[in-house]
Amino acid sequence: MDEPTLRKTVFDTLRRIAPEVTPADLEPAVPLRDQVDLDSMDWLNFLIALHDKLGVDIPESDYQKLVTLDDVMGYLKARCG
Amino acid sequence: MIEFRLPSLGAEMEDGTLLEWCVKPGDRVKKGDVVAVVDTSKSAIDVEIWQEGTVDELVLKPGDKVPVGTVMIRLREAGEAGAPAATKPAAAPTPAATAPARPAVAAARTPTAAPPAPEAVIPVASAGGRQRASPSARALAHELDIDLATVAGTGPHGVITREDVEKVAAARKATTAAPGSMATTKPDGVKSSGPGSAGQARAATPVERSLSMRSAIAAAMARSKREIPHYYLATEVPMQRITRWLAARNAGKPITERVLMAAPLIKAVALALRKFPELNGYYQNGGFVAGEGIHIGVAISLRQGGLIAPAIRDVADTDLDELMRRLANLVSRARALSLRSSEMTDATITVTNLGDQGVELVQGVIYPPQVALVGFGKVTDRVRAVDDGAIAVMPAVTVSLAADHRASDGHRGALFLAEIARLLQSPESLDGAADTIVK
Repeated sequence: MDEPTLRKTVFDTLRRIAPEVTPADLEPAVPLRDQVDLDSMDWLNFLIALHDKLGVDIPESDYQKLVTLDDVMGYLKARCG
Repeated sequence: MIEFRLPSLGAEMEDGTLLEWCVKPGDRVKKGDVVAVVDTSKSAIDVEIWQEGTVDELVLKPGDKVPVGTVMIRLREAGEAGAPAATKPAAAPTPAATAPARPAVAAARTPTAAPPAPEAVIPVASAGGRQRASPSARALAHELDIDLATVAGTGPHGVITREDVEKVAAARKATTAAPGSMATTKPDGVKSSGPGSAGQARAATPVERSLSMRSAIAAAMARSKREIPHYYLATEVPMQRITRWLAARNAGKPITERVLMAAPLIKAVALALRKFPELNGYYQNGGFVAGEGIHIGVAISLRQGGLIAPAIRDVADTDLDELMRRLANLVSRARALSLRSSEMTDATITVTNLGDQGVELVQGVIYPPQVALVGFGKVTDRVRAVDDGAIAVMPAVTVSLAADHRASDGHRGALFLAEIARLLQSPESLDGAADTIVK
């Protein structure tokens, strides 16, 4: 999957959980949960939705690596080929 | 003929707007069936019926905005023929059908006590002569200064029972607490939902919803602070063991089966409540009434603002995986504004978890008529003294209790928090259904 498609998938997934988000306003290097009001249930649903769409398994021990949008993109890119 | 009335779906609910019917005349219904979708100040709710029978008449039409306690459906009981046309009440509720002091609030709170009695409700209120009432009911009504003519009798042949009077007293109390509700409703009860929308059922717009939710929360919380003598306790609970245990438990599982910390926290509250029943239930009619089960209301914040605290039933008897599924399902339906009426009324206590917002201590406001609220803050690393006089850094959470001093005392509240702390130190005891749990 190329990067623009992956990025769009991540944003679409995020907006399903937080419809008020404007992707252009998100700072890629700032912790995502500081920018978007996501509780632990929202975050889990975000990761489950990415798992469903991309088939990427995300072990719980990797959650701490996924803090900013850049982290999420990098993590998924490495696993989606 | 059985009447199904608009139930109160929360302490602050005064009226509701019928959005759509889910049944039609001739349908057979049983307890728990969803019969209508009603818009309240908080959400559109799937309203479940608590009686059984055949739908004879749908009294309201979509778009009608009516007070709590208004007749929605007339049901025929098994074996009962359809009502003869001559005596069939008109579609619009009569003054008797919306008599001001309906015991709607109490009836909704204890659905099983709802009257199956045919002809009990209307004849009593409309009869001109002496009301038939039990001596005990008569004495209580006199004591509470309640006019028996405003009481619907549910005993044999419409006789007013003591319980009927208590329900009216409870409804009156609720009404006093929420100005502008039933008691001030004009006898014609039914209002159109507004100009230009006559007969049109539509759910509230987000802005309307946000405003009405704000005022609903204001009414309930103001009532809570006005009526409930709160006391507050808090304690710090080490979370090292359960954090490791949960991580190990989740490690082998696909993401869809992983359990969030919220689930064992809620489970610990439920198990502790078994030993402290005075914190699980309602304060009604001047006394504490223990809950019939341990049904935990989970405070869920909504993205558009406001919050809602629907119930998960029988939490103590639910294993952790199932509890997590129900919690996830409840949160997603609450945020989609798709809840069932029983979920709005069943909670016997509320748990709020504000740890995600980064706060350490919650000082909660009890949701009336409940008598307690348990709050969890953020799990953070803290410096603690350990057994041998050394200090250690370990994760901990502050659990707090706001409780109604009319129903319990601080001593018992403190023991309750200690029991939650104890349970969280043996996480495996939170995993299974209750039967397998070592007490």
